[in-house]
Amino acid sequence: MHLAAHFPGVNSTTVWTDPRSRSQIEFSSFEHLARTAERGRFDFFFLAEGLRLREHRGRIHDLDVVGRPESITLLNALAAVTDRLGLAATVNATFNEPYELARRLATLDHLSAGRAAWNVVTSSDAFTGENFRRGGYLDRADRYTRAAEFVATARELWDSWSPDGNPRPFAHRGRHFDIAGEFTVPRSPQGHPVVIQAGDSDEGREFAASSADVIFTRHGTLDAGRAFYADTKRRLAKYGREPSELKIMPGVSYVLGDTAADAEERAAVIREQQVSPQNAILALEQIWGRDLSSYDPDGPLPEIDPDPGSDVAQGRVRVADPAAVAAKWRALSQQKGLSIRQTVIETTARQSFIGTPDAVAAELHEFVRTDAADGFILVPHLTPGGLDDFVGRVVPLLQERGVFRTEYTGPTLRSHLGLAEPVWKG
Amino acid sequence: MTVSRPLHLAAEIGGRPQYDAGYYTGLALLAERGTLDFITLDDSFARPGPDAPAVLARVAPDTGRIGLVPAVTTTHTEPFHVSSAVATLDWVSRGRAGWSPAVSETAAEAALFGRRDAAPRADLWHEAGEVADVAARLWDSWDDDAEIRDVATGRFIDRDRLHYTDFTGRTFSVRGPAIVPRPPQGHPVTVVDGTGAAAREAAVRHADVVLVRADDPLTARTFREEIRNRAAAHGRSPDQLRVLVSLPVELHTGADAVGLARLIADWYEQDAADGFHLLPADVERDLPLIVDGTVPVLQHHCLLRRFYPGATLREHLGLARPAGRYAQNPGGRP
Ligand SMILES: Cc1cc2nc3c(=O)[nH]c(=O)nc-3n(C[C@H](O)[C@H](O)[C@H](O)COP(=O)(O)O)c2cc1C
Repeated sequence: MHLAAHFPGVNSTTVWTDPRSRSQIEFSSFEHLARTAERGRFDFFFLAEGLRLREHRGRIHDLDVVGRPESITLLNALAAVTDRLGLAATVNATFNEPYELARRLATLDHLSAGRAAWNVVTSSDAFTGENFRRGGYLDRADRYTRAAEFVATARELWDSWSPDGNPRPFAHRGRHFDIAGEFTVPRSPQGHPVVIQAGDSDEGREFAASSADVIFTRHGTLDAGRAFYADTKRRLAKYGREPSELKIMPGVSYVLGDTAADAEERAAVIREQQVSPQNAILALEQIWGRDLSSYDPDGPLPEIDPDPGSDVAQGRVRVADPAAVAAKWRALSQQKGLSIRQTVIETTARQSFIGTPDAVAAELHEFVRTDAADGFILVPHLTPGGLDDFVGRVVPLLQERGVFRTEYTGPTLRSHLGLAEPVWKG
Repeated sequence: MTVSRPLHLAAEIGGRPQYDAGYYTGLALLAERGTLDFITLDDSFARPGPDAPAVLARVAPDTGRIGLVPAVTTTHTEPFHVSSAVATLDWVSRGRAGWSPAVSETAAEAALFGRRDAAPRADLWHEAGEVADVAARLWDSWDDDAEIRDVATGRFIDRDRLHYTDFTGRTFSVRGPAIVPRPPQGHPVTVVDGTGAAAREAAVRHADVVLVRADDPLTARTFREEIRNRAAAHGRSPDQLRVLVSLPVELHTGADAVGLARLIADWYEQDAADGFHLLPADVERDLPLIVDGTVPVLQHHCLLRRFYPGATLREHLGLARPAGRYAQNPGGRP
């Protein structure tokens, strides 16, 4: 089983109202979580990315944790306070250039002695583009062709130095990039930093099957996990790859308790904290596409229908079919007699694993045993102490079961993940 | 004994490219033992070497006081990313970050990116100035107290204390606000080599520290006066500006180190500069001699402090922490 720690930054998973919640930006927070993950012998530490502050109804969204450091810079600093933990940065392929990013990633791999990973994300919207030279012109259909060519180009650069330390000129002429010259960084300890993909469309899965080492997914239930696992692993053969060459790691949250009832009770409290009355209305507005500020969060759902043309929420993944979601929410609320807030809690804020440490360990094992996942990216709800109890109480049980390492066996992230060093293609 | 006008000392730690973190950490700790204000690390896309901001971020947690100033190219990079990376260096070093904007002039560098052709130096420095400008605007785009964590209203931030930058330059535009909250120093320290005419214009507008190269103290002094006057003409306070002479050094013996100290003292007493940025010919050989030979002599003559009185790079340099330009009631906060 592979385990990674997601820094619980910008999202509504993070409960900032908890008195134990600390800074989401001070280095000490990142250091705490990374050291905890390393104490737990985790494979890697993971940082998400957002390149424009989210907006809601034309104004900056102000309810969730917002504000975070730039990932690669931060991970270089974390390399100083950890020894073995992999260091994964989410970096957008649309708003970067291969030469610069390949150089920054190769540098991180050198300075961390072989622990770098890149989570390739592809959002290409004009909203985000307003912060960048290239603007928002990249067509949605092109984002994965650019991402795939980006990764291929980065690999050409990483391979342009021979393993014995000699640079050779490179030249890449493709649809998205036409570049040539000499790369300034020698081949790094892992050969190529580990490539992670996050994104769920057909094109995304295909890109992952052709190019990625790890997939970060949202499929946190057993059935959805198995379906996704089977689908993506099946795609590997056409690229001449073995199923073991691509690790599937859903992002999951968890709540522990001394008894099952205790855990459920805690989970309910956390859900209430995640979905404040204000957050409930906001979630509703994202589906309905309307100003619903006059509605009572403890009252019933609106009678009016969603506005099909609206985009109230900028910088978030859009809901594909708002009318269908609204119908589902209405049915649920009527059937169970739920208020707006209770409905939102019921539909959006479910924790993935809830139970005693024993039960959670068994459930995680079940996922891996039955091919629903190769491991997990844990998304705690507290910064920075949210992983303390998992490492203290669940990791030892996974180790006792023999499904998780008790010591790192190698120095590099590739070795933790059981991935071979890429063959040099000079 | 305190000196009325403190001497500032900095050193470049680049040289032969190295890819091992321990090498750079060792040099940074050495410079810190010599209580230098900051170290610089040069960078370019055109020659072998690791990414300089990454190296100094790696060094940050292993050091406690030394200022960290990487060169950052502004030509083929994204101003938004540049601003975020420098702000992050300030966060991870707890207020010790600077940056030295640089330009990429050659066709060979342009070919590494394939986005635009090589351009004249004056245009590139104009752009570098715009990048420095937008970076500072982005650092100010969060007021210091934008994060409110107000449980009663459920608001994590006060959106009225976040600001769109809406910057449109000749080659780029940035909407803002930043993703990274305002860094500890407000603005990390901007260091510009103002020796060339094109760079000097950007320096007098945007730099906190201007580096100049000069062969004698009189030339240096003339440079310093010109820079201070031009900065003042742009409405800036010359006293919030430090001019350091970049001095190539090559030391082989303890006697050379003492000689360097005499030269520094001599130039300094002639008001040539606010301090010196030493450029070792061989950093592994020269830096230990600077720290163990030159620095003690300067300290002995009470020209150089013996410890860091403050924690941030701005404090080392005696530069005020700027108030956010968009902050609604700057008088109401420290
Ligand atoms: C689990 C997961 C995590 C993601 N994390 C990020 C992120 O941190 N930053 C980002 O810009 N996009 C992130 N994305 C968005 C994807 O990169 C992609 O833009 C989006 O999923 C749409 O692609 P798709 O149509 O292939 O799903 C994430 C997606 C998934 C599934």
